Amino acid sequence: WAPLSSSPHTNSTTIMAVEFDGGVVIGADSRTTTGAYIANRVTDKLTPIHDRIFCCRSGSAADTQAIADAVSYQLGFHSIELDEPPLVQTAANLFKQMCYRYREELMAGIIVAGWDKRRGGQVYTVPMGGMLVRQPVSVGGSGSSYIYGFIDSKYKSGMTKEECLRFTADALALAMERDGSSGGVVRLAAITESGLERSVILGNQLPTFFSA
Amino acid sequence: PDRRPAEQSHPEPMRNTLLEANVAKLGCSLPPARKTGTTICGVVYKDGVVLGADTRATEGMVVADKNCSKIHYISPNIYCCGAGTAADTEMTTQLISSNLELHSLSTNRLPRVATANRMLKQMLFRYQGYIGAALVLGGVDCNGPHLYSIYPHGSTDKLPYVTMGSGSLAAMAVFEDRFKPNMEEEEAKQLVRDAIAAGIFNDLGSGSNIDLCVITKGKVDYLRPHDEANKKGVRTGDYKYKHGTTGVLTKQVTTLQLEVMDESVQTMDTS
Repeated sequence: WAPLSSSPHTNSTTIMAVEFDGGVVIGADSRTTTGAYIANRVTDKLTPIHDRIFCCRSGSAADTQAIADAVSYQLGFHSIELDEPPLVQTAANLFKQMCYRYREELMAGIIVAGWDKRRGGQVYTVPMGGMLVRQPVSVGGSGSSYIYGFIDSKYKSGMTKEECLRFTADALALAMERDGSSGGVVRLAAITESGLERSVILGNQLPTFFSA
Repeated sequence: PDRRPAEQSHPEPMRNTLLEANVAKLGCSLPPARKTGTTICGVVYKDGVVLGADTRATEGMVVADKNCSKIHYISPNIYCCGAGTAADTEMTTQLISSNLELHSLSTNRLPRVATANRMLKQMLFRYQGYIGAALVLGGVDCNGPHLYSIYPHGSTDKLPYVTMGSGSLAAMAVFEDRFKPNMEEEEAKQLVRDAIAAGIFNDLGSGSNIDLCVITKGKVDYLRPHDEANKKGVRTGDYKYKHGTTGVLTKQVTTLQLEVMDESVQTMDTS
């Protein structure tokens, strides 16, 4: 069975972002599929848009890569004009503009998250269709359906960075276990004023839960 | 790669859907879209990258070219393997090669693989997948060795080992078994050779010889062919009989008298 170029190359995914006091934690799985073939099992879906602003990509790989490249360019230019680090809200609005204007042509579900001086850690979700809304916790991708219950029951406001990282890793591991289109490794990043900490949790180190 | 013009290079997608609907009314269905035949792959090793490709070009189920070259030149330090529609891979790589040369003259620097990747992905995205080019791009620049896989819709992946084409699953199986980071050159060449061989012998769309391209800092070894895995055999017997096999008993020659009956000249009208 060969991968057909007619099957879209998608990041059918699980992506997640959580705000905490002082920053955000973002996470994603690492699977990209062409039909039933896994084209990339170690994908990095957490894409830097600026020094302290990232986006989590789900949907069509080509569409989200192209949008992220365009927004990085626009935001970089804007930041140089301003002579200041850009706001997360600005980045989120740039994504929204593009995703809403071209909503019929695109298949892109994006979560924008980062830190800025004005409002600290922020998470904005831009699902397919081009809506923009800020949320303290946001999940996306095909695997997100399986963890809404987990998120709703386990999330509490006022978590520390370490608690957020544990919470994100647990949620992603559960989604990857149930969703065929999510899998591989868990990629995490914590964005704060002082900088960026990226980590990877390999398959055998993933948190384990009850398995029938 | 497939030498037939891609069905979707026709600039009338609406018309195609209407035609498909008409066929459905007649009670039959169009043949499914086929992934075109090729096995291409690439690997990053200690000193650079090794690119590999088979050499079969197909037109449907017939081999159109038994020894075509699928590893295309992009710049002195960057080469690109192409799977998919042959015309699309050829023209796309030539266009980006040309633009990259101009860019290189403008910047007065050796081109970077990331630049070639950007140019290719932005063009393919612009055409929304209608240019059927699936590429394995590899090279060595000032930041070291790099390897990218580029899909027809414009998405790219940067990885230590990649495979594309109808034989990609066979080749990937070999890579997943034996790839190690920082291999020596001979080990890397053997691995790529074996991956392409897996495609050639297990995928009907791939065949003939194995071409390799070894790119290191300051040197490129374009090994075509590296391995003639499917050399045409020499026939052991011959159906032709040698002169003298049949003995001649008698010989009689009759000359035919031919007379010229009619001779006419028709001049060409050059007015």
